[in-house]
Amino acid sequence: MYKKSLSYPHLVWMTLFVVAPMLLIFFYAFTHSDSNGAAGFTLDNFTKFVEPLYIKVMLNSIWIALLSVVFCLLFGYPVAMILANKDRRRASLGKKPGGLLMLFVMPMWMNVMLRLYSWLTILQPDGLLNRFLNLLGLPQVNLMYTYSAVVLGIVYDFIPFMIMPIYSVLIKIDESVIEAAQDLGANKYKVFFKVILPLSMPGVVSGITMVFLPALTSFYISDFFSGGQFMLIGNLIEKNFKNPDLRNFGSAISIILMAFAFLSMHVMKIFNKSNRQMDMF
Amino acid sequence: MKKFLSVTLAMVFCMVCIIGTFGCSSKTKLFVYNVGDYIHPDVVDMFEEEYPDIKVVYEMFDSVEEMYMKVSNATSPYDVIVPSDYMIEQMIDEGLLNKINFDNVPNYKNIDSNMKNLSFDPNGEYTVPYMWGTMGILYNKTMVDEEVNSWDILWDEKYKDNIFMLNQERDMVSIALKKCGYSMNSDNPDELKAAEQALIEQSSLVKAYCGDEIKDNMINGNAALAIVWSGDAYFCIEQNPDLAYAIPDEGSNLWFDCMAIPTTSTHQEEAEKFIDFMSRPDIAKLNAEYIGYSTANYAAKELLPDEVKNDILRYPELTDEFKLKMEIFAYNKERNAKLTDIWTKVLNS
Repeated sequence: MYKKSLSYPHLVWMTLFVVAPMLLIFFYAFTHSDSNGAAGFTLDNFTKFVEPLYIKVMLNSIWIALLSVVFCLLFGYPVAMILANKDRRRASLGKKPGGLLMLFVMPMWMNVMLRLYSWLTILQPDGLLNRFLNLLGLPQVNLMYTYSAVVLGIVYDFIPFMIMPIYSVLIKIDESVIEAAQDLGANKYKVFFKVILPLSMPGVVSGITMVFLPALTSFYISDFFSGGQFMLIGNLIEKNFKNPDLRNFGSAISIILMAFAFLSMHVMKIFNKSNRQMDMF
Repeated sequence: MKKFLSVTLAMVFCMVCIIGTFGCSSKTKLFVYNVGDYIHPDVVDMFEEEYPDIKVVYEMFDSVEEMYMKVSNATSPYDVIVPSDYMIEQMIDEGLLNKINFDNVPNYKNIDSNMKNLSFDPNGEYTVPYMWGTMGILYNKTMVDEEVNSWDILWDEKYKDNIFMLNQERDMVSIALKKCGYSMNSDNPDELKAAEQALIEQSSLVKAYCGDEIKDNMINGNAALAIVWSGDAYFCIEQNPDLAYAIPDEGSNLWFDCMAIPTTSTHQEEAEKFIDFMSRPDIAKLNAEYIGYSTANYAAKELLPDEVKNDILRYPELTDEFKLKMEIFAYNKERNAKLTDIWTKVLNS
């Protein structure tokens, strides 16, 4: 039924907007340009990155991305479970899935700038949060332009990417498996840790990948929430790439980041295999 | 059947393209590339009304660096661009600007003679000044009770976590250089090192390094001191009368945004018509009022209300003393990369 010719537009698209830019970045990363525009092969761009300054930026970004993943998982997993339980119950009554999931997807229909700026009104010194704390007689907190604000921003923006894959795996779990465990005398916690959690691992793994990689490369959110006080790897690439004289270095950092992303995806895959849940995909 | 369908679709697509191009060919397309929100919204329509055979394609950029990249890679046939001083110098140096035929720009006579033939375009061949201004300190009078007359106040422990700086390496390094008593355009490694040290030392006092958010934060009274450009300063003061703007005695940056014609232009004459139109006193006045920045057009300035044109912060008297302490950013290719490196170090200190 599917014709090969239907994929040609996609092929053209990919070549123009994915392959070609990648080749350009590779070209820039391995060359240096001098004043008269001539380019020559060099590895200087990569050796420059090994300075403690840039390693620190990289480690900082990885740390923030990891923190965000942990929080997304902590908040996202229960939400996915509640949603899946509700919808499974509805399905057993012959009803369609409810609209709760929509609530979590709906913010994504809004422009990201609006969503970020609304956080400013909440977090700023005389913002909503502090007024609320004031009302309760609690001490004021100053969150805007801090490390925590960056993590908060990333968690807020990417949590749907954690909820969705976990939800879609959880909803497919056969109810009878859980009943079987209960029949065999497993209590609530045992059912969760021995049955539900292992069965949902593929969703968790893909959720982690979907949050970790964008969190690692994000630059706007971190810039906005940190007030530019610390640079993440995405900001570093942006700064260097925008400066025509440092474009080569910026490209080299991009490639290092890409290599790291591939590596972490590979690690996740191995992790996933060791769970012997590949058949769930 | 499917093949027939796709062939028909392809033909329809081609026809649409051909008709599309024919439809527009009667009008000359003029590509104008300006900073975002840097023109009165009606001015483009007024120009098209006056020159019915020209259609303006108006595009906007965030930073002159972005504009430079697009123009130097000739991504679109831009006819009129609005770069700033150091960028003009760079673009002239790299041969990216066309000389303007001033016979076609009679309104050039309206431009303030103090703004002509400046360091970035010493012979006045490539540019027509549009807006200008200074960089200085915006402060909240309820939080700062001393007189603001030196950059040193930004290094005062008293204002810890109450200072907003710009996330722009060129401007921030130049402030640190000026604080240390050097030229804003210094390329001396020792002086740059001193500026870097000063900025690192200051970083623990700074609440945030940002761009446009500074305006919101200052209007809402979230900080005592911030670095802003003069135009933004007046905007904030209008919204919050507790704010005031000061240019430190050590001197500061004097900047100019000018209209120019890049070599990508295919309609030099129409571009000159547009620049001439923009330099007409009534049009320049409209723009100055809308944008709120200081216009480089002397005739237009004279049309502005007294309290605006006599405001010495908005239109400082360009005395020799003032000109001596104010510096225009100069272009220096090798220095650009150094500034980015310094800034990376400051933000990661």
